[in-house]
Amino acid sequence: MIPAAFAYHAPKSLTEATALLAKLGDGAKVLSGGQSLIPLMKLRLTSPPHVVDINGIQGLAYLKEADGFLRIGALTRESDLDESELIRTRYPLLHDTCKVIADPLVRNMATVGGNLAHGDPANDHPAAMLALGAQVVAVGGKGERRIPIASFFTGPFETALEPDEILTEIRVPVPPAGSGGAYVKMERKVGDFATAAVAAQVTLAASGVCESAGIGLTNVGLTPIQASRAEAALKGKRPDEAAIAEAARLAAEAAQPTDDLRGPAEYKKDLVRVLTTRALRRALERATARR
Amino acid sequence: MQVQLTINGEKHEADVEPRLLLVHLIRDVLRLTGTHIGCDTTHCGACTVLLEGRAVKSCTLFAVQASGKQLMTVEGLEQDGKLHPLQEGFMAEHGLQCGYCTPGMLMTSVAFLEKHPKPSEDDIRRAISGNLCRCTGYVNIVKAVQHAAAALQGGA
Ligand SMILES: Cc1cc2nc3c(=O)[nH]c(=O)nc-3n(C[C@H](O)[C@H](O)[C@H](O)COP(=O)(O)OP(=O)(O)OC[C@H]3O[C@@H](n4cnc5c(N)ncnc54)[C@H](O)[C@@H]3O)c2cc1C
Ligand code: FES
Ligand code: FES
Repeated sequence: MIPAAFAYHAPKSLTEATALLAKLGDGAKVLSGGQSLIPLMKLRLTSPPHVVDINGIQGLAYLKEADGFLRIGALTRESDLDESELIRTRYPLLHDTCKVIADPLVRNMATVGGNLAHGDPANDHPAAMLALGAQVVAVGGKGERRIPIASFFTGPFETALEPDEILTEIRVPVPPAGSGGAYVKMERKVGDFATAAVAAQVTLAASGVCESAGIGLTNVGLTPIQASRAEAALKGKRPDEAAIAEAARLAAEAAQPTDDLRGPAEYKKDLVRVLTTRALRRALERATARR
Repeated sequence: MQVQLTINGEKHEADVEPRLLLVHLIRDVLRLTGTHIGCDTTHCGACTVLLEGRAVKSCTLFAVQASGKQLMTVEGLEQDGKLHPLQEGFMAEHGLQCGYCTPGMLMTSVAFLEKHPKPSEDDIRRAISGNLCRCTGYVNIVKAVQHAAAALQGGA
């Protein structure tokens, strides 16, 4: 499969890249890991006349904690997350997530920034970032802005990014003591997108009461879904089995799946209930261990 | 566009269209046909090569992206007429039948053993989960990688 012809640009700085994007307009596509874009171009589902490869821009691949945030450079590869001690020990939700994205070869190229910017409701990082209450940093002609993840996904394969904006960083608030998270995905086989998946992040107060909860759903709607009512139901409660069951029921209610090759809608809704239960149990176990 | 890249220690140059995929540069332009194309849809891993030491699917990368970079293909495994311990392992343990997936399996395993010299069976199975084999059922591929890991540990 051969993509349609395009002009290739490899800017060396963010300023150069955003200027290029502003000039080229809608016809240009940013190329990060290419693991979504290139397959689409090969199938000619998209044929951008211009491709702006941002891999030559230095300083966009990093993982560090600073100013109360875990800061993930947009070009950080999934395999970098997987190998990071910081992620493994302090961000179990993200560690779970990067392990179930695609396969190890794809993960050597695929970037965290691209996973969000693609706006695919089947991608795994969006739900994880919703549960974590992350922010996305975008740089464009008008400068830099921060977009709360809850308002980032505007439609299927659509995000709040302007055509001349580049997603440069993801900021995850550093979880307080007593926090834990988990990502639980049902996939038909390695490398498949989720039939459904659930991200959960919880913080327990010293009293054992649930101080905050974040729940994100993958591939059960036109966009990634934040299960806000399920989150609210846990807040201020002791997270016992009854509370978990109620949150899981509300999460299933929030899901809007459709019938497809991966299963009927009714099945996927119930799957969300089961996966939410499992994700919450695991998140709570981890939170308890870190209290 | 002009691309310059180093494959298996040797410098290559070519004038390519930006849309040329890396695997086509390797196979059709440079005639290194050890790298295979299995699915062409980023699923099978037959096209795996090392880009700066990382195993990647060369059907899902433009050749221009590899310009200025170091690559390794299956042809680079044999050194001075001596097979790589992984190649020996695949022979000894019958790690292949038709051989179509083998170049990809080898390249994924080379990069993997660099980072994980003493892998468990589970580690190996996870590591090769992006490489599909239609023949072997994977059992002997896992044994082949274990064989190579032991040989490399023993300094063989
Ligand atoms: C076989 C296979 C299986 C997969 N399975 C999964 C899976 O299970 N779960 C999952 O989550 N993903 C999966 N993926 C998708 C993979 O994780 C993609 O790599 C990811 O969705 C996009 O990241 P990328 O860096 O490759 O982006 P690219 O492909 O480079 O870009 C994707 C889109 O985002 C835009 N973009 C990228 N980066 C930026 C940026 N910094 N700023 C602005 N716009 C940007 C591009 O213009 C493009 O439109 C799979 C892919 C393959 C090939
Ligand atoms: S040919 Fe590249 S993954 Fe199958
Ligand atoms: S040996 Fe035939 S595909 Fe693996």
